[in-house]
Amino acid sequence: MAERKLFKGNEAVAEAAVRAGCRYFFGYPITPQNEIPEYMARRLPEVGGLFLQAESEVAAINMVYGAAGTGARVMTSSSSPGISLKQEGISYIAGAELPCLIVNMVRGGPGLGGIQPAQSDYFQAVKGGGHGDYYTIVYAPASIQEMVDLTMQAFDVAETYRMPVMILGDGVLGQMMEPVEFREPAPREVPPKDWATTGAKDGRAPRLINSIYLQPEALFKHNLKIAERFEQAKKNEVMCEKTKTDDADIVLVAYGTTARVCRSVMDRARAAGLKVGIIRPITVSPFPYNEIAEVARTARAFLTVEMSLGQMVEDVKVAVSGAAPVHFYGTTGGVIPTAADILERVEEIARAEVQK
Amino acid sequence: MKQVYSVPKSLQPRSTHYCPGCTHGIAHKLVAEAIDDLGVRDRAIGVAPVGCAVFAYDYFDCDFQQAAHGRAPAVATGIKRSVPDSVVFAYQGDGDLASIGAAEIVHAAMRGERITVIFVNNAIYGMTGGQMAPTTLVGQKATTAPFGRQKEHCGSPLRVSEMLATIPGAAYVARVALSSPGNVAKAKTAIRKGFETQLAGGGFSLVECLSTCPTNWGMGPYEAMRWLEENMIPYYPLGEFRTPEGGQNDA
Amino acid sequence: MTKVVFDEEKCKGCELCVQFCPRKVIVMADRINAKGYHPAVLADEENCISCGICARMCPDAVIEVFKP
Repeated sequence: MAERKLFKGNEAVAEAAVRAGCRYFFGYPITPQNEIPEYMARRLPEVGGLFLQAESEVAAINMVYGAAGTGARVMTSSSSPGISLKQEGISYIAGAELPCLIVNMVRGGPGLGGIQPAQSDYFQAVKGGGHGDYYTIVYAPASIQEMVDLTMQAFDVAETYRMPVMILGDGVLGQMMEPVEFREPAPREVPPKDWATTGAKDGRAPRLINSIYLQPEALFKHNLKIAERFEQAKKNEVMCEKTKTDDADIVLVAYGTTARVCRSVMDRARAAGLKVGIIRPITVSPFPYNEIAEVARTARAFLTVEMSLGQMVEDVKVAVSGAAPVHFYGTTGGVIPTAADILERVEEIARAEVQK
Repeated sequence: MKQVYSVPKSLQPRSTHYCPGCTHGIAHKLVAEAIDDLGVRDRAIGVAPVGCAVFAYDYFDCDFQQAAHGRAPAVATGIKRSVPDSVVFAYQGDGDLASIGAAEIVHAAMRGERITVIFVNNAIYGMTGGQMAPTTLVGQKATTAPFGRQKEHCGSPLRVSEMLATIPGAAYVARVALSSPGNVAKAKTAIRKGFETQLAGGGFSLVECLSTCPTNWGMGPYEAMRWLEENMIPYYPLGEFRTPEGGQNDA
Repeated sequence: MTKVVFDEEKCKGCELCVQFCPRKVIVMADRINAKGYHPAVLADEENCISCGICARMCPDAVIEVFKP
C-alpha cells in the first residue's frame, strides 16, 4: 500500500492534478480555494510546468482555453463568484470541444455572498453553466481521498469526451485535512489529440480551435456531436454510492459535505430503529437517475439534503418520478446542516410516511 | 519577367468576406508577408477575435484559435505559455481590444507576453453595424452616437498605443496607417518588427493599424482613406511608441 | 504575360488600385465578375511602371505585378 499523507483538501486536489499530468494552471485569487493556486505556484515549476496568476477569472479561463487548444493538460480553480465569471470561457471550451479541469470550491451566494461552504452552485454546475446547449462532467467528492481519486482521472475523462470536467467541492472539503494516498487510476485509452494547434508542421493542414457555426444546420450538427459524447458519458461515467438502501424505508440523497453529515444521521436513525439508507451521487452530471429510480422501487420516501434551498432535489424528483414522496431539507448561506436537524426531519417523515 | 509583387504564401487562396475596400485585407496580407519573410508559418498560431475578423482563420494558412470577445490576449497567453516555441499573434479590432478586452491587453503587455498583437483600429464597431467604439472620434457619427460622439457624454477616444507604451513589459508598440502606399509600406515594416520582437524573446509587441470601414463610415474606399488621414492621424499620431532598444521614433 | 495580373474573380471592385496607380493605367471593366463587381483591369500596359502600388493597396490579394 502506498504511503498515506495528511493533506488539506485544496492542496490534495492540486497535487493530484500534477500527478495526473497537469502542467499548466491559470487562476485568480478567491476564498476559499487560494491554497490551490498557491500550491501550484510552488509545485508546477518543480515538474517543468507553469503557474500563471491571471488578471481576472475571465482571463484565467481564456488562458485555459488557449492552452487546452494546444493539447496541454491544464486546469483552473475558483469559487462561486469566480466560477460565474469563468462561465463565458467554459461555454467556449465546451463549444470548441476542449478538455480541461475546473475546480469550484463552492461558497454561499448569490452575489458576493459569503465565504462559508455551500452547495448553491449545483444548478450552474450540472445544467451547463454558461450559455448554449452543453453539459460538463461534474464530480462531487465527499472526502479528500475521493477528491484525489477523481482528480487523478479527471483529465483522462475530459480528453476522452473532449469536454470540461468540474470538481464541485466546497469550503469544508477545501479546508479540511485527511490522510490521502495518491493512487493511479485505472488506465484508459485516451484518443489522440489530432486537433491540437501546435503549429502546422511537416506539411500537415492547419488546425482550428473554434466554436462559431453561423449556419444553423451546422451548429445543430455540432451540438448533436457534443451531446452524443455526453450520452456516452452517461453510459460509462455515472458514479454513485448506495449505503444500506436495500432495506431502507427512507433514503437520504446528498452529495459532498452534506453526505458526510447524512452518514451520521443514518447511523443514529438506524440505532433508533428507523430503516434509513443513503444514495450519494458522485457524478452530479451525468446524474445517477437510473440508480435512484432503482431504489425508488422499494423505498417508502426520499429526503434530499443540500446546502441550498433545493437544487439537486429537482433531479431527485425526476429520478424518483412519483414512485415515492421526495422531501427536502436544506440550509443556505454557508450554514452546514446539523445531524440533529436532519434526523428530526427523518423522524417526521417516518411518522407521516412509514408508520402511518 | 521578374515578379515585383506576389500574393503571400501564408494567405489562403480564397476570397474574404470583408466589404469592398476594407483594409482588413491589407492588414491580413502584411501579417502573411511577415510570416513568409520570417519563415515561421509552421510555428505560427493565430488568435481570431470577435468582430469583422472573426473568420480570419479562414484566410491564413496556419493554425488558429478563435477567441471570445476581447479575450484574444488571454487565449494567446495560454497558447504561448504551453507551446513556447510557437509564434503567436492575436488579431483584434478596436471594440474587441480597446473596450471589452481592455484588461486582457493591458495585462498581456504588463506580463511582457511574447505575443504579437495586430490591432485594427477603424474607430467603429464594424460587424455589429457601426456602433460607437472607444476609439470613435469626438463628433464622429455612429449608430449609437447618432449626433456624433460627445466628449461630455462619453469622453475622448482611447489612445491605445500611447497607453500601452507606458507599460514596461511592452517591447514594441507602433501605430501605422493603412491609408496610402507609403503608409502601408511602413505598416509592413512595423508588423515585421513586431514579429521579430517576439522571435527575439523581447516581450510584448503590438502594431496598431489605423484602418477604414467604408461601409459603416458611409464613404467610398478611397474617400475613407482620405478621411482617415485627415481626421484620425491628427488624433492618433503615427510612430513607434516603444522599441526593444527603448527609443521612440516617428514612423 | 502582362505586367499586372488580376485574379479577376476575387476582385470586389473597390477601385483602390485605380485611385492609387501613379500612372493611371488601371480602369474598371464594363463586364461584371461572378461576385457581381466590375473588376479592375490593366488598360495601358505601355505606361505601367511595375511599381506594385496597385497590388500593395489591394485588400483582396487580387493583383500580382511583374517587371520586364
